[in-house]
Amino acid sequence: MAVCIAVIAKENYPLYIRSVPTQNELKFHYTVHTSLDVVEEKISAVGKALGDQRELYLGLLYPTEDYKVYGYVTNSKVKFVIVVDSSNTSLRDNEIRSMFRKLHNSFTDVMCNPFHNPGDTIQSKAFDGIVSGMMVQTA
Amino acid sequence: MAGSQWELPPELCCRPMAFVALTGLDVVYNAVHRAIWDAFCANRRADRVPISFKVLPGDHEYPKCRTKRTSYEWYIPKGILKTGWMNKHLNLVPALVVLFYELDWDDPQWKEKQSECATKVEIVRTSLQGRNTKVAVVLIQKKTPLPPGEDLVASERAQALCHSCDLSGKSLFVLPHTDHLVGYIIRLENAFYEHAQTYYYTEIRRVKSHKEFLNKTTHQLLFVRHQFKIAFFSELKQDTQNALKYYRTAYSLVHELRAHETNMLEIKTMAGFINYKICRLCFQHNTPLDAIAQFRKHIDLCKKKIGSAELAFEHSAWMSKQFQSFGELFDEAIKLGLTAIQTQNPGFYYQQAACYSQDRKQLALQLCQVMAGASYPSPDPLDTQGAGLDFYGQRPWRQGQQSIDPPDAEKEKTGILALQIKERDVPHSELIIALLSNAVAQFKKYKCPRMKSHLMVQMGEEYYHAKDYTKALKLLDYVMCDYRTERWWGLLTAILTTALRCAYLMASIKDYVIYCMELLGRASTLKEEQKSRIEKNLIKVLTNEVPDAEPECDPSSVSAARSLWNDRMALAGSNELTIEVQDYIPFIQCKAKFQSPSFHVDQPVQLQVFLRADCPHPVSFGKLAVSLSNQEYNQWCVAEWSGQEAMSLLPGKTTCYNFSFVAKTEDVGKKIEMTGIEVMLGGDSGRCVFVSWRGAGGDAASAHEALQASRCSRRWGRNIEARQELDWDSLTMQHSTMIISRVPKISVQLSHQPPALTNEMYCIKLTVQSQEEAMAKDVKLTAGLKPGQDANLGQTTHVTLDGSKVCDDSAPSLLPDVPLGELKPGEKLEKCVYVKCVSTGPRVFLFHVAYSIDTTVEGRQIMCKCHKDETVTIETLVPFEVSVKFVSTKFEPLDRVSVDIPFLLMTDILSSSPWPLLLTSSSLQLLTVTSNTPQLQSQLQEVVLQTGECASECFCLRCPPQTNINNTVATGQYLLSWRRYVHVNGDSPLIQTIVSLPHVVLEMVPLYIHADLPSFGRVRESLPVRYHIENRTALVQEVEMAVEPSDAFMFSGLKQVRLRILPSSEQEMLYNYYPLMAGYQTLPQLNISLPRCPTFSTQALKRFLPQRIFVKPQGRQLDDASIAAA
Repeated sequence: MAVCIAVIAKENYPLYIRSVPTQNELKFHYTVHTSLDVVEEKISAVGKALGDQRELYLGLLYPTEDYKVYGYVTNSKVKFVIVVDSSNTSLRDNEIRSMFRKLHNSFTDVMCNPFHNPGDTIQSKAFDGIVSGMMVQTA
Repeated sequence: MAGSQWELPPELCCRPMAFVALTGLDVVYNAVHRAIWDAFCANRRADRVPISFKVLPGDHEYPKCRTKRTSYEWYIPKGILKTGWMNKHLNLVPALVVLFYELDWDDPQWKEKQSECATKVEIVRTSLQGRNTKVAVVLIQKKTPLPPGEDLVASERAQALCHSCDLSGKSLFVLPHTDHLVGYIIRLENAFYEHAQTYYYTEIRRVKSHKEFLNKTTHQLLFVRHQFKIAFFSELKQDTQNALKYYRTAYSLVHELRAHETNMLEIKTMAGFINYKICRLCFQHNTPLDAIAQFRKHIDLCKKKIGSAELAFEHSAWMSKQFQSFGELFDEAIKLGLTAIQTQNPGFYYQQAACYSQDRKQLALQLCQVMAGASYPSPDPLDTQGAGLDFYGQRPWRQGQQSIDPPDAEKEKTGILALQIKERDVPHSELIIALLSNAVAQFKKYKCPRMKSHLMVQMGEEYYHAKDYTKALKLLDYVMCDYRTERWWGLLTAILTTALRCAYLMASIKDYVIYCMELLGRASTLKEEQKSRIEKNLIKVLTNEVPDAEPECDPSSVSAARSLWNDRMALAGSNELTIEVQDYIPFIQCKAKFQSPSFHVDQPVQLQVFLRADCPHPVSFGKLAVSLSNQEYNQWCVAEWSGQEAMSLLPGKTTCYNFSFVAKTEDVGKKIEMTGIEVMLGGDSGRCVFVSWRGAGGDAASAHEALQASRCSRRWGRNIEARQELDWDSLTMQHSTMIISRVPKISVQLSHQPPALTNEMYCIKLTVQSQEEAMAKDVKLTAGLKPGQDANLGQTTHVTLDGSKVCDDSAPSLLPDVPLGELKPGEKLEKCVYVKCVSTGPRVFLFHVAYSIDTTVEGRQIMCKCHKDETVTIETLVPFEVSVKFVSTKFEPLDRVSVDIPFLLMTDILSSSPWPLLLTSSSLQLLTVTSNTPQLQSQLQEVVLQTGECASECFCLRCPPQTNINNTVATGQYLLSWRRYVHVNGDSPLIQTIVSLPHVVLEMVPLYIHADLPSFGRVRESLPVRYHIENRTALVQEVEMAVEPSDAFMFSGLKQVRLRILPSSEQEMLYNYYPLMAGYQTLPQLNISLPRCPTFSTQALKRFLPQRIFVKPQGRQLDDASIAAA
């Protein structure tokens, strides 16, 4: 399960960011922010190979000593980032993928809300609920 | 010392090279020896064999070899690896000792020299007792040696020398001291290298041979030691593949050792060394992935081996060092050509090293705090009497002990205390910053700008902890804008908070104010009470008081800062500060706009400034000023606190200030821009802070907010209209306005009859009527072709005011500034402008009427210049098409004209003008040809042509006989005078159009024939036809003539005749034809041939002759009576 989940706008500012409350929130902000370097690089690398339908899931962005950071980019260049504890070895690639898919679906629902102004931060309870379900449960 | 405790020993990090000692060389006083030594060691390039040379005296004492152990049975090793071992084999124990000795083969004192040499060899041998080190002798000779086998003395003496020195023939070398020294040296050292290889090979064998004596219970340490030694010797032997293999075995053995608290450091140290060697070799073998995998394995294995809890910082220091040295190895490999990628570059290792250094600092802080009161123990438990440690990674106070429990608990305690006290003095921040800056350099290289910023923030924070606030601020300030432009408010707020602390502790007023402003602003994620505290502090600074300390500051620094602040406050002057806030997100937002993008000069210019405060408490300010591009207007755009009503901004409320001024008439056509807006905070009593915006306000975040607002309003447009309050985000800025001239109150009307015809004087009537209430003075007209069209139009258009005659090409295409005098209110003025267009096509004409008038705006008298423009597009058409053709007298088209034979010129004028055309006259100007009619008169006088009508003329012409027969000749011109037909005042000038007549091809005919015959015949009535045959040549022509019979005619006359015609004379033939049938009848064929001139055909003559005639039916005599009867 994730320790931090973030949604980043096309212009690279955060639309939503949530981390487990037990740890330093700021550190996760920095982790997510620095992971954008790799995301940007991956997107631009794909941009050069024309024609192919881009895979939305970017896989493991970069490993740190303590965390693994995974990325996902929608076709409208909105980025999802999931940070997982390095010690959590039970999590497979497939599970990460399905987490991203769930996140994307819920994000699409948020965007479909006619009262939501795209580009504003996400303040949806439904989205919050989905994210909570994917986070590490802290008793 | 404490910092360098973790450094890897240099002998571990260097590349091991075979060690060869050179003796018997006097490099100080002997030039020849010096040259030899230089050739060995100077400028060693990579292609030379890897040997490290050293010059040693002949009687040098080499390290003593300890007596070889015959049995390991009772031996208990004291540690893994002795600290001196690597150095010993790199620099002290040579693989080969070379004795240099000056001796020529023909030396007169050969015997003596031979025995002296043998003695020297013996001395060296004694000193190397017990070692396998080889000895070699090099004879330095003055003479070039003869090729081997030729010098019998030499080979004999060499053998003798070998024998006396107990050397094999392979160990004796000759070095002739001649020109090719370097070449000889290279050959020598290659031979030395082989000897060294053999030496290290035997050393490896020797170490390997120990293995059978070892047992697994007591000699575990030796297993590691021996593998390490074999690997190291392999490296010295340059056998890196095997070296890597042995290091890997050593590595796995080191982890098999029984680890406990007392030997943890030793195990980790050795594991670190061996890991370093493995990674180094992997990079050297260009298998970086193996290196990375090994390093990861190493880290995973060692991460949890913390060892003594009281010395946990040591583990962090060690971990940090592991990462750092791997990063350095990686970096080194990149410099040698390895390519790294964004997600796998040395930066990550430096970063992790920094991270462990930070941990170390934290741990040191926790663990060493306890010992705050304790003094450094005496005697020093870390003191090793200057000898250093025996084994790597052991504690100085219990060296060589391998039992699980420390033998002396008290000693252990003082030892730990000493280490902790030492750790306290380590400049942790310096170490961290150095590592971070290494990482920054790497991430910069591998396109990770955000990672770089993050590390710079960490560096800044570290500088803050190290109390170097200036550097901290510099770094934080540098990266702040990256976070601001990327809109990561949480991170920005965190950085700003640290920056504010720095600014407070430095008592830097300007920085303090800036950071306060931004932390109070809307981008700050601080809680309300925090903001409230900061705002109070900001107000204190404005009123020249010392602000309260920031929370979480070091208490000792706070008191220092307080006194600094007091000094600042006491200092008089420099109480004014200007802060450019455009690139920040300050707590006061400002947006300004001109009410309209343009103002007429006779209207007051209006502008609005909106201010809004985002801070928790109201702010009052002293002054609001707008600067404009023309500074003369600035005086009208100032709002100042006048004493009674304080200007203050309520949190979250928008306040609007209106300004207006009258623009100067000189500024008509110019743009007025807002160049800046200033709000003065504070007042005369305290400190003045001018918050200034460039242009029309806005800050680093407002562009995005406006975009979001526009997205929103696009959807909810109706809501916006319904909303009472101003929506701040959807307020748009209008930073400039145009001053435009006053609206003219005159009417300009044009009357004309389009389209225009080519070349005519086209009349456009202009009617100007004033609707002004005052006198319009200095009225001027500019008329003509509107500038900016096709350049050719300028040359084919002519404008004039004189319509009485056709203007010439000198007339301009635009008539500028024609003075029209003055216009009283209501007065009307008319003017005709004539335009001549030489080419067809549309043209845009401009009629610009300018005048000046006095007017008053808000009580100020100004003279305004007004103008009214009218444009009209006029199409120009060709009025008529003239077509000209030559025909024969029989109206047959002529392709060539015969000399001295009449022909006809036909002209057709087809009107294509929509207006009726009056053709007044036409005439011919002939060249070459002449008119056949004496008085040539125009047949087109005063003819009016309607659209699509055609007028034709016909002229009979003849080419005079004297004409030279060129192929083609010009025939002249056709002149037409015409104008547009107008019923009323048709006095427009006539236009003469010239049409060039086509060229004709002339030809001579030798014979000309023409017939005289009536215009018609009547059935059964005689029809006399007279043929005239002319000889046009200078020769007598014989002519055969025959008339063919015809069904339609009977005839009398010569049916076939042969006759002669003299030059330039004419023969006449008369025939009486008698028509038999009515209607158009073909005349009997007249066949003429010239027997003398067979080329001449009858066909050529036939065209001169009439072919047919109309025959009327026979008249009836009775007819008259019947008509009468009817």
